[in-house]
Amino acid sequence: MSIVNVKDLHFSYGMIQALKGVNFKIDDYKMVGILGSNGSGKTTLLKNISGYLKPSKGNVFIMGKSVYKMRAKDRAMLIGYVPQDMYFDFEFTSYDVVMMGRTPYLRRFQRETEKDASSVKEAMILTNTWDLKDRYVNELSGGQRQRVYIARALAQEPKILLLDEPISHLDVKYQIEVLSILKQLTAKKILVFAVLHDINLSSQFCDFILLMKDGEIISMGTPNEVITAENMKMAFSVDADVIRNPITDTPLIVLSKNKGMI
Amino acid sequence: MKVKKGFYLLISIVILIASLMFSASVGAVKMPLKSIVDVIFGDGNSTDKMILLNLRFPRIIEAAFTGMGLSVAGTFFQGLLKNPMADPYVLGISSGAAFGASIAIVLGLGIFGLQFFAFAFALMTIYVVYILAKKGPYIKMQTMLLAGIAISAFMSSIISLMMLLNHDEMSQIVFWTMGGFSLISWSQIFYTVPIILIGCITLYVFSRDLNVIMTGEEIAEHLGIDTERVKKIILIVGSLITASSVSAGGIIGFVGLIVPHISRLIVGSDNRFLVPFSGIVGAAFLVFADTLARTVMAPVEIPVGIITAACGGPFFIYLLVKNKNKEVK
Repeated sequence: MSIVNVKDLHFSYGMIQALKGVNFKIDDYKMVGILGSNGSGKTTLLKNISGYLKPSKGNVFIMGKSVYKMRAKDRAMLIGYVPQDMYFDFEFTSYDVVMMGRTPYLRRFQRETEKDASSVKEAMILTNTWDLKDRYVNELSGGQRQRVYIARALAQEPKILLLDEPISHLDVKYQIEVLSILKQLTAKKILVFAVLHDINLSSQFCDFILLMKDGEIISMGTPNEVITAENMKMAFSVDADVIRNPITDTPLIVLSKNKGMI
Repeated sequence: MKVKKGFYLLISIVILIASLMFSASVGAVKMPLKSIVDVIFGDGNSTDKMILLNLRFPRIIEAAFTGMGLSVAGTFFQGLLKNPMADPYVLGISSGAAFGASIAIVLGLGIFGLQFFAFAFALMTIYVVYILAKKGPYIKMQTMLLAGIAISAFMSSIISLMMLLNHDEMSQIVFWTMGGFSLISWSQIFYTVPIILIGCITLYVFSRDLNVIMTGEEIAEHLGIDTERVKKIILIVGSLITASSVSAGGIIGFVGLIVPHISRLIVGSDNRFLVPFSGIVGAAFLVFADTLARTVMAPVEIPVGIITAACGGPFFIYLLVKNKNKEVK
C-alpha cells in the first residue's frame, strides 16, 4: 500500500484553478522536494495533502484512508505541518511551543504526561533546539525559530511531515542544517515533503522531486530524471545548463545565459 | 517555572482578599476588620449589617466580578486578535452599550430600563460587527476589528447628537459612560454575576486552544483544533461577559486592556496561568479603584473610569519604558 496516494486532485480559489488534476504515489519513507515557479500550486498542494484545504475533485489517501474523512485529531497524529515562517508577538518558550505539538494527544483537561515530555525532548534534541527550550520563540533568530517549528511538528509523531519553504529565509549554514535534519527523519520512517526554491540543494538532498507548473505536475522522479535543461526551461522559463556536481554526483544547474536578463 | 507561577497565583489571591477587606472597611463610617468578619458570619450589630449588607457588599461584589470579567475577556480578545493592544471594547461593544444607555436615559426609563437597553444594544452591535466580518464559514479577525472601529465611530456620533439635542440628560449620559458602581444593589448582582462567572469558566476551558491559536490559526487547525468553532465561542462568551459588565457598571476603561497586559508581563503568555491570574488581579484592581472613587473626594463620588485610567495609564507607560530598556540591553 502506498503511504501517500494523490488521485486527480483539483482545487480552486474562487475562479482561479490552482490544482488541475494532480496524481502521484509515494511508496516509501523518503524526502520529496516540491519545486516550481511562484504560483504553480506548490503550497496549495501541500495544504490539500494535509487536509487543511478540501479539493473540489479528487482525493488524497494516506495509508489507504482518505485524509478528508479522518477526524481532525487523528489527522494531526498522522500529519505534521510546518507553515512558512510565522512571527507572533507573544511570549511562549520554545518548550511550550513544541509541547503544543502534543495537542492532538491530550484531552481537554488532561495534563501533559511523561510520554508527552519525552516526545517533546526527543523532537527538540533531533532538531538541535533543546538548549533553546527556555528561550522565548519571538526572540529567536529565523533559523532557530524554524527548527523549533519543525520540532513542534515532530512532537505530533507524524508519519508524514509537510514543510512550506522551510529554508527560504535562512542563511546557507542553516539551510544545510535544516535539510540535513529533514533527511535524517526519513530513516525514522517519516515521509518528508518540502516546498523548496533552491534547485541545487533539492538535487543534493531530495530522493524524489515533484516539478509543478500551472497547477500540474510536469515531471516527477529522482533528481537525475527531473532536473534537466528542458524541464527547467518548461517550469521556470529559464535557460539553464545542467552539469554534474563533481562532489555529490547529482545534477547541478548553472544559470549563465538567461536570455531575458542579458 | 511551575512553582513560580503557583506562587504568583497565591500572591494575587492575597492581594484580592486585602483589597476586598480594605474596601469593606473604609467609607463614611470606618468599619474595623472584626465587625466585617462578624457580619459575614451572621453576627454584628444592626448598623454594621445595614451598611455592609445593603451598601458596601453589593458594590464590592459587582466591582470584583466586573474587574474579573473585563480582564478575562480582554485576555481572550487580545489573544484572538493577536494584538496586545486590544481590549473587550475594541469590537464596538462599549459604544453599543452607550448608545442603548443613552436612549434609555433620554426616554427616562429608569435604572432597569437603562441596564436592559445597554445590554441589548451591546449584543446587537457585536452581532452586526460579526455579520460584517463573516465570510462563508470563516471570520476574518482583521475585518472584525475594522468593522468594530467603524460601528463605534458611527454610534459615538449619534450619541453626541443625542446629547446635543437633550441638554438636560447630557450630564447623566456622560456620567454613565465614565462608569461607576454607585447605583448597584443586590438585584444587579443576581443577573450580572452568574453570566460573568459562567462566562469566565467557559472561556478558561478554551485556554489551551487559545495558546495554539495565538501562534497561528493555520497551525492550530493542523493540530486538530476546530479553530473557527473556538473563535466563535470566545467571541460570543467574551461579548456576553462584557455586555453584562457594562450594563451594570457603565464603560469602565483600561481594566480590560492593562490588566491582561500587565499580567502577561508577569506570568507570561500561557493562558492556562494567565487567565486565572489576570481575572484575580482585575477583580482586586477594580475593587481598589472603586474604593478610591467613593472615598477620595467624599461625599462627592468620582466615576471609577477616571480612577482606572489615572492609575492604569502611568503604570502602563512605566512598564512600556521598562520593557523598552530591557530590549535595548
